[in-house]
Amino acid sequence: MASSNEYEEGPGERESGYDPNMVPDSVKSFVSHMYRHIRDKNVYEIHQMCETSFQSISERLFKDTPWPSVEAIAPYVDNDHVFCLLYREMWFRHLYARLSPTLKQRIDSYDNYCSLFQVVLHGVVNMQLPNQWLWDMVDEFVYQFQSFCQFRAKLKNKTEEEIALLRQHDKAWNVYGVLNFLQALVEKSCIIQILEHDKDGLEFTETDGYDFSGGSNVLKVLGYFSMVGLLRVHCLLGDYHTALKWLQPIDITQPGVYTSVIGCHIATIYHYGFATLMLRRYVDAVREFNKILLYIFKTKQYHQKSPQYEQLLKKNEQMYALLALSLSLCPQTKLVDESVNSQLRDKYGEKMMRMLRSDDEAFGIYDELFSYACPKFITPSAPPTFEEPLVNYNQDAYRLQLKMFLYEVKQQQLLSGVRTFLKVYSSISLAKLANYMEVDEPTLRTILLTYKHKTHSVDSDGRIISNADIDFFINNDMIYVVESKPAKRYGDFFLRQIAKLEGVINDMDRVKLE
Amino acid sequence: MGVEIQSPQEQSSYTVEQLVALNPFNPEILPDLENYVNVTSQTYSLEVNLCLLRLYQFEPERMNTHIVARILVKALMAMPTPDFSLCLFLIPERVQMEEQFKSLIVLSHYLETGRLQQFWDEAAKNRHILEAVPGFEQAIQAYASHLLSLSYQKVPRSVLAEAVNMDGASLDKFIEQQVTNSGWIVEKEGGSIVLPQNEFNHPELKKNTGENVPLEHIARIFPILG
Repeated sequence: MASSNEYEEGPGERESGYDPNMVPDSVKSFVSHMYRHIRDKNVYEIHQMCETSFQSISERLFKDTPWPSVEAIAPYVDNDHVFCLLYREMWFRHLYARLSPTLKQRIDSYDNYCSLFQVVLHGVVNMQLPNQWLWDMVDEFVYQFQSFCQFRAKLKNKTEEEIALLRQHDKAWNVYGVLNFLQALVEKSCIIQILEHDKDGLEFTETDGYDFSGGSNVLKVLGYFSMVGLLRVHCLLGDYHTALKWLQPIDITQPGVYTSVIGCHIATIYHYGFATLMLRRYVDAVREFNKILLYIFKTKQYHQKSPQYEQLLKKNEQMYALLALSLSLCPQTKLVDESVNSQLRDKYGEKMMRMLRSDDEAFGIYDELFSYACPKFITPSAPPTFEEPLVNYNQDAYRLQLKMFLYEVKQQQLLSGVRTFLKVYSSISLAKLANYMEVDEPTLRTILLTYKHKTHSVDSDGRIISNADIDFFINNDMIYVVESKPAKRYGDFFLRQIAKLEGVINDMDRVKLE
Repeated sequence: MGVEIQSPQEQSSYTVEQLVALNPFNPEILPDLENYVNVTSQTYSLEVNLCLLRLYQFEPERMNTHIVARILVKALMAMPTPDFSLCLFLIPERVQMEEQFKSLIVLSHYLETGRLQQFWDEAAKNRHILEAVPGFEQAIQAYASHLLSLSYQKVPRSVLAEAVNMDGASLDKFIEQQVTNSGWIVEKEGGSIVLPQNEFNHPELKKNTGENVPLEHIARIFPILG
């Protein structure tokens, strides 16, 4: 375990007189209770302590300083090795949230995750921990990786010591290390096989991943959440196809363990939607964004007191922006729920109107929304050289993704013009339409081919699917317009009502008339 | 830590696709992936290509632009899938600025926007890049035919000729092949080609794609129904 000189005092700490060895009474009782609950496998109490007690003690005593050092609290928990790793995980998470971590602290946090994951992967961990905490571990792991890549890429104002430290600790937050850990958790937990095997998968989902036969949920659930972690990391790298592949074992059309933690649910759908948008499968993206935004609309009041509330709101806003982008590139009329639609109109109604035009202003709005809503892309490689001149390259990855996205938007620029004409005519000759659009016939033919190509995407099974709400076909020189009618979906509705009615009948049976 | 790195002997007994599926975050498989891309007779695998581009992203000093160009040419041949842009997402901007990549991006742009005639003109100027991958011309001609079948019930011969960059006898041969294999019909008058009916150029054929309720969902209410 590292010695206490890892607690380099930043300016804030020195001023408030932070003493890493001072353990207030509330912390003493916090750690000893937490330790006892973990030993007793009392998941409910552990969850309460993480969500409520930790937050309230932080708010009261550690608003802008770290918690006491792990060495200071270790005596109160029998110096338990695993508990100390868990405590440090929370310690660093608190640090990142409230303060600015130094380079040394970033490196130490990575070492702690390595030790913690090693214990889970190789040791026999006999704990049952709340899903919220297990999700927070994976989520924070990926977040700190992303933060480190951003930090490392800002070379301009680095001190000589920092550069020396970066050179020395080249394994810390190394992209291979991070990815291999996530993959190892997925593999060692056999979570993919569990989910694929119907009976096991169902049991896993119904118990929310918890083990009620005396075992541990930690490896399995960490493996499960690591799939979402891998989805996220691949989005940050710009590899959307592989990102979705990692998510495949999880069926996002149904509730599952991923919906048991609101932060996980939102992160999953946000990244799924974003990757799908970049893969040009706009209809799929719209569908999923609609579902999650409706869900958040109905349930956000229940999360107001939770520490994740702010993040929830931020992601909500970002997903409205992504929905606006998807609908501007691929107009759909019947996929969006009324309450979501009215919120969308409020936030982006005007901007969406302007995006329909194909001028520079429209371009600017596409840029603005994408930049607001996109993930914080990273450059995964270490700088090739630490020699002068030192430049910041932390924006490179984002600039590339933005450029590619706007390139796609540009190719689709002329399509909204075609749509306006197709809406008005049931048939029109090529010559006439070319005249109206002020282009020559061969150019019009290419525009029509572009329209067909861009509105017919290739789905994950390689089939062509039409996204067009307005379509056409050409007979030599005549265009015939077809408006597609989306099919009504009755199946889900009936299934839900059947189950509901059964519930009502059961309730009535239970009523005893006196 | 993480997944064990296998020795070269063990690795050779796995196919490249298996390596990518089982051990994708391992810098040691890079030479195997490069070999796979370089061999001409291999089939196309998006997964392998993305894995290689990712490894180049992790270790930019090891990037081989010749191989990256090859990957992009193969991605062009995979149209209408968006594979070409998927690859571009992983290639740094300064690499994309190199001449050969600029040309490939222009070619992709023409294909994405249906400008087939401009595509063939530009392709003729870049033969050295494209000829390295056999089957390039046929793949693009297949894409062109695909675009036409999405859009036309009947297409004039001249439009077809431009789209597949053929004329005269070779165009006749091409049409003949499509008549035999893909159900094309040549109209006696005027020589227009009638393309086979599908749900995209014949909207009345569009299947009602709405209602597919999976069996598992119905199975959940069996206890109620039973």
